[in-house]
Amino acid sequence: MRHLLDFQGWNRPEVESLLDTARVMREVLERPVKKVPALQGFTVATVFFEPSTRTRISFELAARRMSADVVSFAAQTSSLQKGESYKDTLLTLEAMGVDAYVIRADSAGVPHQATRWVKGAVINGGDGRRAHPTQALLDAYTLLEALGTLEGKKVAIVGDILHSRVARSNAELLPLLGAQVFCAGPPSLLPQSLPGVHLTPHLEEALEEADAVMVLRLQKERMEAGLVHLEDYIARYQVTERRLARAKPQAPLLHPGPMNRDVELEGGLADSARSLVNRQVQNGVAVRMAVLYHLLVGREKA
Amino acid sequence: MILIRNVRLVDARGERGPADVLIGEGRILSLEGGEAKQVVDGTGCFLAPGFLDLHAHLREPGEEVKEDLFSGLLAAVRGGYTDLVSMPNTKPPVDTPEAVRALKEKAKALGLARLHPAAALTLGQEGKHLAPAGLLREAGAVLLTDDGRTNEDAGVLAAGLLMAAPLGLPVAVHAEDAGLRRNGVMNDGPLADLLGLPGNPPEAEAARIARDLEVLRYALRRSQATPRLHVQHLSTKRGLELLREAKRAGLPVTAEATPHHLTLTEEALKAFDPLFKVAPPLRTREDQEALVEGLLDGTLDAIATDHAPHTLAEKEMDLLRAPFGIPSLEVAFPLLYTELHLKRGFPLPRLVALFTDGPRQVLGLPPLHLEEGAEASLVLLSPKERPVDPRAFASKARYSPWAGWVLGGWPVLTLVAGRIVHEALK
Ligand SMILES: [Zn+2]
Repeated sequence: MRHLLDFQGWNRPEVESLLDTARVMREVLERPVKKVPALQGFTVATVFFEPSTRTRISFELAARRMSADVVSFAAQTSSLQKGESYKDTLLTLEAMGVDAYVIRADSAGVPHQATRWVKGAVINGGDGRRAHPTQALLDAYTLLEALGTLEGKKVAIVGDILHSRVARSNAELLPLLGAQVFCAGPPSLLPQSLPGVHLTPHLEEALEEADAVMVLRLQKERMEAGLVHLEDYIARYQVTERRLARAKPQAPLLHPGPMNRDVELEGGLADSARSLVNRQVQNGVAVRMAVLYHLLVGREKA
Repeated sequence: MILIRNVRLVDARGERGPADVLIGEGRILSLEGGEAKQVVDGTGCFLAPGFLDLHAHLREPGEEVKEDLFSGLLAAVRGGYTDLVSMPNTKPPVDTPEAVRALKEKAKALGLARLHPAAALTLGQEGKHLAPAGLLREAGAVLLTDDGRTNEDAGVLAAGLLMAAPLGLPVAVHAEDAGLRRNGVMNDGPLADLLGLPGNPPEAEAARIARDLEVLRYALRRSQATPRLHVQHLSTKRGLELLREAKRAGLPVTAEATPHHLTLTEEALKAFDPLFKVAPPLRTREDQEALVEGLLDGTLDAIATDHAPHTLAEKEMDLLRAPFGIPSLEVAFPLLYTELHLKRGFPLPRLVALFTDGPRQVLGLPPLHLEEGAEASLVLLSPKERPVDPRAFASKARYSPWAGWVLGGWPVLTLVAGRIVHEALK
């Protein structure tokens, strides 16, 4: 793999090999000295055109645990428009000898565009509605930990599917591992179609006998754009203890964070035994270590 | 005097020849040869009346970093255009007679393609208050439009159609419902869903065309003169059907399609390259097939470029922020000659008509054919194939969605009223 942009064109063995590496990395993180020299001499840049402290820290920690050098660049795209472009920014970093770029942007496609400009590896750290592949990998990893396998398992993804890169990436990745994915949300927040995924406006249909439930964050902008009424959303789509009764007993609960308690998820559920939210965060570092390892080891240094 | 020897002739009426075309005093003097100082060997080439582009954004005044009259009109003659309608969405918009005159004078001095400015339908193209249509007409405006924006107020559009009717000016509309299109950057549908890009639905175009046809009916009922509506850059099958129906019912409506909608589809967006970001967006193969049908059956009157240059830096922004638009003045004819005529057998005279008599009729100009006494605004086209090389463009937009496409039908000689304005004979 040269870049990690999304899971278009990926196959199961590729995903499994990445997750196997993540398992090794997870062990490293349990050790007293949580560091390996695998990426010594490599430089990883986090290039965030949209702020996201959690994702950036997770990637930076992953790179440091592998002994890579880390530089971080953060800029609002609004300031970019005044002159310096994405391309200029990336070419400047390239001149400084960066080997891998973790790119986050509010527009779909920026990481794809970046691959046309830089020689280094590009990792999609989340691009608009398009994809957030390391989030999907950590979700898959966490689900595998909890369920043992995803083969034949039903995973419900609930919320604003239309605008969600997390939903799109999971919709690409989880079926590769044998899962059946149901996406439920208000009709105005559902896409027309997503390949390999069952879309439904009926929350019950998605939760029925689900082996796991992933709840997405509802962004304030959707209400501001008049696409949905907050109270209507809460009344019909909030994941509650009562509604979860339709799912398999103790079906784990995932959320990519940050969470709006009592909006998409009934407050107490986040802290319940079902919730794997903290596990997701821990696994995120291991998965990102694995991604960096797969992309950089064996590659010529910049 | 110029003599173009042994050349096939193609115009809206048909294909004939070879002929020896003698040109002098700005006219075609003879199709049977004669004495001339300059002799051009037209063997293997064909001669057509000069092209008219109904829709080009030349960006002057105000955005000369993207294009100016010189670069734009030079691009035009290289593309075989002898006449061109410039869109008024400049900075500031062309909404005064002074602005129209200034453009015309400056363009005339350049001596390239002839410029026929379109003027704003409403002041500042804000869609609220009509611009002075009569004064704009007197100054030389040939068409009124708020293109670049959509006409959200149907009442203002109706008043504009009424005012333009006795002046003989068509009113051109960028037909997209702003509410339905929202912030869409590509065709709405499964591919937009997959790519995670905001979609601009085909229904946004159809809904607006349907509304505007009703507005036209209203103006027609209220007006002594005939109001004429022109639908710009038609992109959808459904929009085309509405137009076909309206034309059958005898409504005074005309329409154009662009080279990009005729040769590219939404699939191009898979590369996440804003070069392919345009409004209305690139659609599906099915829409494209419908447009080609429309070119054949006369539902579409013209192929118009919607040449919309931006700086490369702007087109290297992300898909949400990069501006809409594709430059095509220099490749429009070769593209359609190759993709429609050579590859699909689209009749050449009809194709030429869509670049000549079709758009001329939209403006109320008489047809231009290759005959003795006709104005010698001509383009000589060579079948020799070569790849599109944007670095050699005269336009300031030196990039192209068609870079590397191997095309034939390149203009090698363009004459405006007998004067050579472009020559690439070698
Ligand atoms: Zn337009």
